[in-house]
Amino acid sequence: MITSNPRHLRGSYDVVVVGAGPAGLEAAVAAQDAGADHILVVDRETEAGGILVQCIHSGFGLHRFGQELTGPEYAQRVLTQVVKRNIDVVTDAFVLDVDRERRVKLMTQEEGVSLIDAQAIVLAMGARERTRAAIHIPGTRPAGIFTAGMAQRLVNLYGLLPGRRAVLLGSGDIGLIMARRLTLEGVEVVGVFELMPYANGLNRNIVQCLHDFDIPLHLSTTVVEIHGRDRVEKVTVAPVDANLRPQMERAWDVPCDTLLISIGLIPENELSEQLRLRIDPMTNGPVVTSTMECSRNGVFACGNVVHIHDLVDFVSAEAMLAGRSAGRYVAGAAPPADNVRLLPGENVAYCVPHTISTEREHTIYMRTRRPLEACSLRLTDLGGKVIYEKKLRYVFPAEMVNLKLRPAVLHHFHNGALRVDVAPRADG
Amino acid sequence: MLYDVLIIGGGIVGGAIARELSRYELRIALCEKEVEVGFGATKANSGIIHGGHHAAPDTLKGRLEWAGNQLWDELAAELGFGFERIGELTVALYDEQTPVLDRLLHHAAVKGIPGVELWTPERIQQEEPALSHDIIAAVYAPTTGVVNPYEACYALAENAAQNGVDILTGFPVLRLHWNGELWEVMTPGARLASRFVINAAGLYADQVAAMAGVGNFAIHPRKGQEYLLDKRLRGLVKRVIFPCPSPVSKGILIIPTYDGTLMVGPTAEDTTDREDRSTSAEGARTVFDAVRRLAPGINEKDIIAQFAGLRASADGEDFIIGPTARRGFINAAGIQSPGLTAAPAIARMIVEILQAENLPMTLRNDFVGRAPHPVHFAALSTQEQIALTLRHPRYRRIVCRCETVTEGEVIDAIERGASTLDGIKFRTRAGMGRCQGGFCTIRCMELLSRLRRLPMTALTKRGADSWLVCERQEAVNGDERAPGIEVGDA
Repeated sequence: MITSNPRHLRGSYDVVVVGAGPAGLEAAVAAQDAGADHILVVDRETEAGGILVQCIHSGFGLHRFGQELTGPEYAQRVLTQVVKRNIDVVTDAFVLDVDRERRVKLMTQEEGVSLIDAQAIVLAMGARERTRAAIHIPGTRPAGIFTAGMAQRLVNLYGLLPGRRAVLLGSGDIGLIMARRLTLEGVEVVGVFELMPYANGLNRNIVQCLHDFDIPLHLSTTVVEIHGRDRVEKVTVAPVDANLRPQMERAWDVPCDTLLISIGLIPENELSEQLRLRIDPMTNGPVVTSTMECSRNGVFACGNVVHIHDLVDFVSAEAMLAGRSAGRYVAGAAPPADNVRLLPGENVAYCVPHTISTEREHTIYMRTRRPLEACSLRLTDLGGKVIYEKKLRYVFPAEMVNLKLRPAVLHHFHNGALRVDVAPRADG
Repeated sequence: MLYDVLIIGGGIVGGAIARELSRYELRIALCEKEVEVGFGATKANSGIIHGGHHAAPDTLKGRLEWAGNQLWDELAAELGFGFERIGELTVALYDEQTPVLDRLLHHAAVKGIPGVELWTPERIQQEEPALSHDIIAAVYAPTTGVVNPYEACYALAENAAQNGVDILTGFPVLRLHWNGELWEVMTPGARLASRFVINAAGLYADQVAAMAGVGNFAIHPRKGQEYLLDKRLRGLVKRVIFPCPSPVSKGILIIPTYDGTLMVGPTAEDTTDREDRSTSAEGARTVFDAVRRLAPGINEKDIIAQFAGLRASADGEDFIIGPTARRGFINAAGIQSPGLTAAPAIARMIVEILQAENLPMTLRNDFVGRAPHPVHFAALSTQEQIALTLRHPRYRRIVCRCETVTEGEVIDAIERGASTLDGIKFRTRAGMGRCQGGFCTIRCMELLSRLRRLPMTALTKRGADSWLVCERQEAVNGDERAPGIEVGDA
């Protein structure tokens, strides 16, 4: 795998991509294909590949490569594309700041802090994990509390275990994968506790990681207190009522030395905030147009930095779009602006992109708020007229819904806004 | 080992005393039961250098609060820890509270504290627009400052060590015995002897006093829960905001910490357990209900960390400082708020007490009061960062992305004495940001492991049984492979 590119860096680049995970690497390739000459990809790790490097399980790439790959294999495939080209990749480096003139404050091993000018920026920093504080679990602050991703890193890259007897809070995909991984390593995984009445991870992970290993999944139950002075000694768990309030009279203690937290990801939005980009409060990522451009010209974003994806294949697709757009922007060939705003309606938490154009084909990604069977996805204009409807067998918050929209569909629609609903079918 | 003075307790008070005494020709030791200094009440302190006008002038607290306040600028400049006088407002929400404001103004007048004045609601809104419109008046004090209490404690202890004080961490005192000439101090690893013993044992000061045979007071732990908020709220409130205080507590505050992030708290809960540093759902409710009355824009969803500390309050609620019935045994006990503020003044008071007790005190001519200031990369300008990283490659890698802490700063911290993950965190801020160590924990562990030549499995969060990771099972249990799997010859 690539580590650091030893060449001297240029003082200016057409496109600077922040992050060399799947999003950043795909975007870099696409930017070059679209006409950008000088591209720099920056990553803080010593190896490119992003979080995929520690995801040694398989299940990646069915859409993108038509076969099931492990995380490192997927990363290698994408990286191979980059290596073939004249793209600068600098690892073990860090983008400290990007100012409004797109001047990048970069830290590298070779040169320390330096300033680099970029015509376009692609933000592809990925996501961070939500911590115990995000859900205010009271109790003590002992050693032995890990996010699932951190435990994954320890086990898969360092050959170390986070503990001997673990409780998992949250049923996010990384947590489910780790329940299986730790079980295989001989750690006793006592159970998975999920606040919601349904699991938060993909169904295939529930089956393959919990059911196949007899790990109990406690729905509508959460950790309400952490105990232990030096190291975790036990956690108190309690069922929750319909309003998600813990029922303390039904609480019980679970002895363990480790608490793994897998309660979701948040876009890594340090740079997005420094750039004062408009942020969608639902995704916590920047608001983007149909070309993945943010609220500041020449700044594009893709992957988990925009919204949390469940499949890397969709990250790749989104990143290719962002990279292509950045390349065209640099070449002065940006398409006309969007003319339709998308408004999340019933049972839709958010839509990405936030705006579209009636002139082009789009893939719209969205997340629903609650599970629903035999429903339909409707696009409605502000007058209440249904412009488009698609039947869905079921929706699930854990599974991103995507909608391919051809320009013909919006042929009769004029400038304005469209409400997006995922609701029970009108015909019952 | 024979000492002139042995200090029990390595919190901010013990640290300040050690550093002040290190100016003199004395053999000094400081015994701390935890693996690092500052790991008790100091670590969870709110970090406020009080304006000087809160405690009544006729109490020891009241005298030392203002005396201590005035010593912090020089200390911070000499030792290179962050300190800024950001000012404070004590706000009244009801007419019944205005006598409290009058009392604060009176204290300020009696003590001669400059710049303390009454603000109108208009002035308050102009200067602090995030505060509630229900506030009817406030007392402003420009003298209030903020520090990182643990940074100050490390700086004091390190400077004391530089000047010859033995800082003995992991040295709990088990017994004290006066042999007619000296105090014999028994610890698990060593027997120490000293002419004088200073009791700065915080939560355990009553037990230490009892060991010396002068157990005539009790420490009543009072828990305080604090909630640290996301840095996106930086600047929302510019000064420390106090409600009108009650008799037992200064109430729940909004504190713009030295690093700029907001912290809210603390609660005041009497407890009997000296090790109970747990937070609770009720505590969070109490804090945020109170804070919303002061600044409606602050709420729970911005919490990035929560913790609790225990105040070492004594009977009578005043400090207990002075010689005792046992010769050579001196108390610096019952140090609750404003103990951090008062600490440098307490240290000077201990010097006077030792002089009065006829310990010969000669100023050293080789005392080094200025310590090298630790690098704080995030606080440097771009030009300074370029210059630093050009000269020193160790600062070219970011370890903690949330707080922009470099590898060099973590290495510096370890070289200065950090031996645990918390020791690194409290010296450098690595792991204190919004991701709470999700990214940097393993990197810090790797650096600790490399520099201390310890396996990762031997590292701890804060000593004792706070182990972080363990070996894989096969390495522990030997060659126990699953049955049925043939292991071929290599």
